[in-house]
Amino acid sequence: MKDAPENLGIDHDPVRHPEGCRPGIDCDRWVIRGARLRDPSNGLDTSSDIYLGGGRIVGIGDAPGDWPADTAEHVCAEGHWLIPGVIDGWARLREPGHEHKATIATESAAAVAGGITTVVMPPDTVPVLDTVAVARYIKRRAQLAGRARVVAIGAMTQQLGGELLAEMAALDAGGCVAISNAHYPFQDLRLMRRALEYAATFDLQVLLQPLDPSLSTRGCAHDGAVATRLGLPGLPVSAETAPLAQLIAMISETGARVHVPQLSSTAALKLIERAKADGLPITAGVSAHHLWLTEMDTDALDPNAHVIPPLRTIRDRDALRRGLAEGLIDTVVSDHQPHEPDAKLAPFPETEPGISGLETLLPLVLKLVEEGVIGFERAIDALTTRPAALFGLSDAGSIAVGQRADLTLVDPDAMWSLGSVGLASAGENTPFTGWDFAHQVETTWVNGRRVFLREQ
Amino acid sequence: MAVKFVRPKIPKFAPDPWAIQFDEQGHLRHLLTIEGLGPQWITRILDTAEGFVSVTDREIKKVPLLRGRTVVNLFFESSTRTRTTFELAAKRLSADVLNLNLATSATKKGESLLDTLRNIEAMQADMFVVRHEQSGAAHFIARHVAPHVSVLNAGDGWHSHPTQALLDAFTIRRHKGDFTPLRVAIVGDIRHSRVARSQMHVLNSLNVGELRVIAPRTLLPTDVEKLGVRVFHDMREGLKDVDVIIMLRLQRERMEAGLLPSEEEFYRLYGLTEEKLAWAKPDAMVMHPGPANRGVEIESSVADGPQSVILEQVSNGIGVRMAVMSLCMSANRGDNT
Repeated sequence: MKDAPENLGIDHDPVRHPEGCRPGIDCDRWVIRGARLRDPSNGLDTSSDIYLGGGRIVGIGDAPGDWPADTAEHVCAEGHWLIPGVIDGWARLREPGHEHKATIATESAAAVAGGITTVVMPPDTVPVLDTVAVARYIKRRAQLAGRARVVAIGAMTQQLGGELLAEMAALDAGGCVAISNAHYPFQDLRLMRRALEYAATFDLQVLLQPLDPSLSTRGCAHDGAVATRLGLPGLPVSAETAPLAQLIAMISETGARVHVPQLSSTAALKLIERAKADGLPITAGVSAHHLWLTEMDTDALDPNAHVIPPLRTIRDRDALRRGLAEGLIDTVVSDHQPHEPDAKLAPFPETEPGISGLETLLPLVLKLVEEGVIGFERAIDALTTRPAALFGLSDAGSIAVGQRADLTLVDPDAMWSLGSVGLASAGENTPFTGWDFAHQVETTWVNGRRVFLREQ
Repeated sequence: MAVKFVRPKIPKFAPDPWAIQFDEQGHLRHLLTIEGLGPQWITRILDTAEGFVSVTDREIKKVPLLRGRTVVNLFFESSTRTRTTFELAAKRLSADVLNLNLATSATKKGESLLDTLRNIEAMQADMFVVRHEQSGAAHFIARHVAPHVSVLNAGDGWHSHPTQALLDAFTIRRHKGDFTPLRVAIVGDIRHSRVARSQMHVLNSLNVGELRVIAPRTLLPTDVEKLGVRVFHDMREGLKDVDVIIMLRLQRERMEAGLLPSEEEFYRLYGLTEEKLAWAKPDAMVMHPGPANRGVEIESSVADGPQSVILEQVSNGIGVRMAVMSLCMSANRGDNT
């Protein structure tokens, strides 16, 4: 287990040491010079200087009138891209409850190393995030860590048990950006319908991951040719589509706004397509690994490829890529699930599912751009603009004067390989070891503070 | 500006899932699955087994090939027949044998598989014979054992049971000689059968004429035809012109899981009776990996009849396991020629 990084303990040599400002840390006045500012959501693609102050973007091109030049840090960023900080809509940080796997401190540091400035946490913590107290605890831990902004999704039912409604309105008032029952089932359809109706009363954003418990028992791989050959208990596509179809029926009756965090199959994508065409308030996401890996990657029984929903066929992966390119799939998430090494040291079906994905989210999506699968505009839209809209983070997800200074500086020709011990996350369970990437996060600002600088 | 550097490329987890079975010189070190062995290695194992089967026919049944070596039977799932034949095979090669029934002991007390393994490794074992209820368990163990230890898979989950499939191939070869003109049918619970999966790989590697599976849809895994088999749901159609019939054991929990309505209905439709046996070729062999459920998948008079080679399979099993053990251990000694 990695030690949590010291609070804001960045001790790299900055460009300049102006008086009255400790290197990098305290300073929230920055001038980033010469970077190519790329924010397709407001048509921004220009090489220009950008001024940060008081946690906000205060000037693009020209310094604001009251800019005190001698108390700002300067960064020369020519040849680099500056994009809005990534908003990861579905990532487990393991705290509270599973601190032996990771903590908010370690994972929010991993997030900023991957260019993610806002992490959205599902409520399946221990204790479950079904009270405002837990939401406040998470917020405080994230503030203490001082890296990425961590926002929480509240539970839809008490203990995520699917039986008794959680105090959704209180959770909303307490700062939760959405509510969710994660992948846990409701006791029955009646309860699910009522939970959606109640959420719709307050126009809350709901996130539900369709996964039928009876069809997924023991299942650890896509029910297809590879699982058949390896004798792995299969997880059929219907474990996703059957509950998704039920969910869509409930949305059309209740009008609840629902987002499905991760699709894994062509059939599920078709259901989403039809529901969207019918004008239902449904949106969907996909995890970065489902855009790159298939059932063939479980072929070597690599426990790092054990994920739920499972990696499916090449056809499914290609359909998900098309869905993303066309905007049918709104967002891309990391589905970050860091594990301690022991969780993966067992025969494949006995290992715990999940990938440590914070640091590969942005590189994997930009790799899709590099290979011409999706456009740059769509990539940034899926990682910043749409998740910001989804979670009501109106002052994040774009580069404009007055917006939060959550920014990521990317070196577009870094050419690097992911090393087996190269992750900042406490969980090193990644199947992407040895993969080559062109784009690398160099520096990350959150709320106008530089919270990450890559060591050279 | 950032200084560009490219880190060395680290190989992915395992480029070939079965590559781990061979050492750097290309000798067989572990036997985990039939996949990746190819016809050469399979034939070599079968040929070596011929020599050992004649040893077991002699009055003094021991050869000193593994003298001073320790073979540990690690059975995380209970088994009598497979464990006994592995034990006999090791003893006839003059190895010391240790039987560990772990289905009831350490792992149930919360000891991890890896800890159990390390402990036994510390007792200077040379070979692990592993049976485990999880698919991929033998691969996992092989990946983590000390370099001098060989691992033989004696059955992992629904995945693989290579020595059983090899002894089946050995028995078929003794009776029929060439595989290319043969039609072979595997009947019964294919979905949950590691034996069936290994048989498919071994028979297809040896270029069998046609391989069929006969079962209701609930007992067939998804996309089973991609493993190189023709699928039948009807016994009369499926057994037509068949030279070899392999019956699989049906476990009672399949009824509870809603895969079948009753043993009676299964027997009526798929149980190998004398009447159904007549639909195959007149000289068709009847095989069963055992232990057979009489009156569930096979009629007693067929199991004990003239076309049955079920007991012969058991005795051939010893010779085949001796062959695998000696081949794997010679790789580890480094004196493979």
